[in-house]
Amino acid sequence: MDNKCDKCGKPAPIHVFDIIQGQKIEKHYCNQCAVSEGVAFHYHMTLSQILEEFVLQGGEQTGALDPVCDVCGMRFSEFRQQSLLGCPHDYDAFAEAMLPLLERAQGGATQHVGKVPHRAGGDQKKHTALLRLRAELKNAIVAEDYEKAAMLRDQIKELDNT
Amino acid sequence: MTYPFLGDPAQYVGEWLCGTGPMVDVAVSSRVRLARNLAGIPFLSRCSVGQKRELETRLRREIAACPIAEKVFYIDISTSAEVDRRLLVERHLISREHAEAEHPRGVAVSADETVAIMVNEEDHLRIQVLRSGLQLIETAQRIQQVDDALEDRLDFVFHSRYGYLTACPTNVGTGLRVSVMLHLPALKMTGEIEKAFRAARDLQLAVRGLYGEGTEATGDFFQVSNQTTLGKKEEDIIEEFRQQIVPRFVDYERRARDGLLKRQNTALEDKIFRSLALLRSTRMIGSDETMYLLSLVRLGVSIEKIKDVDLRTVNELFLLTQPAHLQRMLKREMDPQTRSAARAEYLRRRLGASSS
Repeated sequence: MDNKCDKCGKPAPIHVFDIIQGQKIEKHYCNQCAVSEGVAFHYHMTLSQILEEFVLQGGEQTGALDPVCDVCGMRFSEFRQQSLLGCPHDYDAFAEAMLPLLERAQGGATQHVGKVPHRAGGDQKKHTALLRLRAELKNAIVAEDYEKAAMLRDQIKELDNT
Repeated sequence: MTYPFLGDPAQYVGEWLCGTGPMVDVAVSSRVRLARNLAGIPFLSRCSVGQKRELETRLRREIAACPIAEKVFYIDISTSAEVDRRLLVERHLISREHAEAEHPRGVAVSADETVAIMVNEEDHLRIQVLRSGLQLIETAQRIQQVDDALEDRLDFVFHSRYGYLTACPTNVGTGLRVSVMLHLPALKMTGEIEKAFRAARDLQLAVRGLYGEGTEATGDFFQVSNQTTLGKKEEDIIEEFRQQIVPRFVDYERRARDGLLKRQNTALEDKIFRSLALLRSTRMIGSDETMYLLSLVRLGVSIEKIKDVDLRTVNELFLLTQPAHLQRMLKREMDPQTRSAARAEYLRRRLGASSS
């Protein structure tokens, strides 16, 4: 697995064996060069692959920057590991770190131009407050603070029904 | 209410297998899906089991109250038998991840199986519409109706810049993924399939196997879908697929078929009729070999070499010879060897064996 890409010298996970006039010829490619050389298809670059590349390329700058979402408590580094966000607020909490990544994953686009919900999506403040309360509720249950959990549950119910 | 096919899967098959619709010789089916999440509730990765259960109960109730289709069945995946979960995957109604997950989750399916809504998959809701052939306009219109009906009752989380927010940023914006299932046996035979995939990559498309991400392209079926969901209108994504992308693949495949017919007609006929003969006389057959042979038979039917079998039968056989379907049809669990014999018997029966 220590092979380097014949084209660019990056780590090479793809190996090609050719037999030409009875001689075995071995070639090694990284994912990108394998595609450009036509020996592999670019099936689907998963977000985790983009993240991995992103970390490799800009690691030093982003390494120091590990924002936390103040609503759900997720760290950007956690998102990097699992490719899934914790709550809608993460899009704003991680905006700076995530934007270049989003741009790459979305072919350069960073602005939605499609469908808009036909009725107003409700009160943004209320939704964020609900997200906070639900995160607190989850923590209260983990901490076995059932008194607090009951109180939070009532608050959620009340706010949800307004 | 029990979903009908769980009793007898051969009696009811989805509309998408009917073998009609534009370009159906190559474009087997059209699928559109939308990813949606409720406002004020964390994404599933940050929900406790209790919160997931609460969410599932609520969404199940709301979906039941929505005028989505005449008859909608809800299947609780977390309490379903393994064979039923596999059956749903084989029918393309749920993802493999949804079948294998361990938290409270479900799927709502319309009686004709054109609409399926997964609850608590990667996003709170994954809405899908699936149709036979290249019917993207109808498929897209249908999914917007379903989405509007749900939106009447639910607040989906929406961001002024990023659009519909999703658990994974690769789905953000429209949350829309179009995927067309293509049958490309001639391109595979002529070795030109790599060229077709390179073209797909240049168009920023993803190519996957029969059952989605990370699966093998069995039976020469490939799913082509859009990779980006942000920065384009829904209609534009659909139109690009309908007018440019799919016709291009269909054209490549048809040309490859024509080339084979002109230059290697006898060899092609031999492959096709040999496959049909094998399927008509086999006594034991595995599911991979079945897919391989059925693919050649499908090609034979599409180019009108085989005239006594129709496309619908071949399409159905691709589905009904899968492990979970066989076990459900014969109403018992079987080891792979017994399954091979049962599969062979079923194939002989459906294809009209020349001798018993």
